Amino acid sequence: MAQVTLRKVIKKYDEVLAVRGVDLDIADKEFIVLVGPSGCGKSTTLRMIAGLEEISGGDIAIGGDVVNDVPPKDRDIAMVFQNYALYPHMNVYENMSFGLKLKRTPRQEIERRVKQAAQILDITELLDRKPKQLSGGQRQRVAMGRAIVRDPKVFLFDEPLSNLDAKLRVQMRTEIKKVHQKVRTTTVYVTHDQVEAMTLADRVVVMNAGLIEQVGSPNDLYHSPTTKFVAGFIGSPAMNFIPCQVEQAAGALRMRLNDKLTVPVPASRTNRYSSVAGKPNLVLGLRPEHITETRPHIEPDQHDFEIPIEVVEPMGMETLVYFTINGTEVCGRINPNAGGAAGQPMKLRADLSNMHLIDDTTGKVL
Amino acid sequence: MANAAIVAGTTGRPVKYRSMSRDRRWAMRWSYFFLVLFVIFFLTPPLYMFITSLKSSGEISAAKNPWWVYAPTLSNYAELLGQNQFLVFFRNSALVSVCVVAITMVISISAAFALARMKFWGSATLATGVFLTYLIPDSLLFIPLFKMFAFVRDTTGIELMNHWWTLIIIYPTLSVPFATWIMIGYFASIPKELDEAALIDGASWMQTLTRIFIPVAMPGIIAATIFSFTVSWAQFLYPLAFTTSADQLVLPVGIVTTLIKGDVFNWGQIMTGALLGAAPPLIIYAFLMDYYIAGLTAGATKG
Repeated sequence: MAQVTLRKVIKKYDEVLAVRGVDLDIADKEFIVLVGPSGCGKSTTLRMIAGLEEISGGDIAIGGDVVNDVPPKDRDIAMVFQNYALYPHMNVYENMSFGLKLKRTPRQEIERRVKQAAQILDITELLDRKPKQLSGGQRQRVAMGRAIVRDPKVFLFDEPLSNLDAKLRVQMRTEIKKVHQKVRTTTVYVTHDQVEAMTLADRVVVMNAGLIEQVGSPNDLYHSPTTKFVAGFIGSPAMNFIPCQVEQAAGALRMRLNDKLTVPVPASRTNRYSSVAGKPNLVLGLRPEHITETRPHIEPDQHDFEIPIEVVEPMGMETLVYFTINGTEVCGRINPNAGGAAGQPMKLRADLSNMHLIDDTTGKVL
Repeated sequence: MANAAIVAGTTGRPVKYRSMSRDRRWAMRWSYFFLVLFVIFFLTPPLYMFITSLKSSGEISAAKNPWWVYAPTLSNYAELLGQNQFLVFFRNSALVSVCVVAITMVISISAAFALARMKFWGSATLATGVFLTYLIPDSLLFIPLFKMFAFVRDTTGIELMNHWWTLIIIYPTLSVPFATWIMIGYFASIPKELDEAALIDGASWMQTLTRIFIPVAMPGIIAATIFSFTVSWAQFLYPLAFTTSADQLVLPVGIVTTLIKGDVFNWGQIMTGALLGAAPPLIIYAFLMDYYIAGLTAGATKG
């Protein structure tokens, strides 16, 4: 059993708080991804779990034992670094067996484990090579192999794919997921790439400015973000944020986007939003895929409007269109065959059943 | 820009580009010119030494063409190598240099590892301090060293003067700072993740040093080794000042003091001795040249 528990973990560098009280429960065999912009404290948090950084406050427990003052080697963890950190003078076999040798594991046992890990990662034929004779993807595999042979309680990944080119990154992402499905070791994975986070994680932890913004399954975060930060961070292209006012008019709740354009609040949300009618600093959050071309059939919470298009970006399977509402640039995703040309007005449809209303003062989703 | 070029062309002033390969050819010619100049300048003295070492005393004093040997002889070599004295100088030099290299490398590798990796209070200041000690000219140090040796003799009764092994104590004061500085630079170029990986793999500081840092930094270690060997092999001032008996002398001082008797210069043997004395560093350089260059340029570029 190797659950990892963080309780009010704090990291202070001189006077700067890098991590400001993180609480997190990671279940056994779970794949957790810490994601956030650079400087949000995700790497520091990982390094504190590894024992490479001392913690300034709080508790970290691995498998139920508090490890605050336990050195890295006794925490039974393995780490994969961004730049692989392979020992350049050792071949792949020696790289993978170094940790076991230091622990005085019997030779046959080392050989068995290295062979097994090499098989899982498909690097058996590379065992005699030196790191400099390997490609980026192969080095990454060896780095993972070095972690697997130690059969640790927890795997820690620190942005392991950022040094690879885009195509290899996607390939290795799948590889990492496959490995996890085979070995089922509790994993903490740090990345700044939200796509990586979404595709790999059982649960994603979104961090910002040294704090956890939200923890949830990839779908939870995507469909029900609790803060504006999470709503904007998860998803690409990012969610549109359009300043608006909620108005009570003739018994119906409507959102005013600008002088001319108002849209009705979906019936299911009227109770939730009636209290904020007339309040300032509200923002309508709507993902680009919920702004589409019009179709003959219209659902209850959909609303059609016409607006001049400013930029058109064909992506192949879809086309992104950009326009401005209330001084804010808004992105929509339309069918490539639906037309749409820069400078021309176009009829678009907003699907408000998936909207979010955000209080911009607190940053919370209402 | 393209438009401007076309306009310039039509107004009758075509821009003439010289071919790239022609440019390169000229650059090569110039570099060869200066390299040959350099080689002539630096190889002439050893050549002169070699020519003179093959001449008999009579031929040298006859002052015929100094660049030609009319009656080549190996008598200088035979006489010098037949002398027990010369072999003693050689042995002293070799023992001193080997011991100094060993001491220097042990001290400077451990010091550099501590200064480069174990961040402790004052480590940065200490690293600069180490280098500053190297900047003090050695000619200023031997009077204080005399005083210290006198103090040691007065308090413990151990006489440090006039022993070849005293040089083993003195030379590291010259070689350790610079070797440490080279090693700090080299260790600093090793990515931090490498020791973190070793730390997680369960290596102690000592194991990280011996199993990871020393093998990875081998080119730097070789550069520092060559440096400290050269320093101790070629040192002249300290042995001249601290050793006097003929059986305690090292090669550079021994050649000069025993082969110059009053105003009689035994040029043939002096040149032979100097040539033989220059051989060991030359041989070591030749073997370690590739590593040495790699060591000097390490950290200049990533990877």
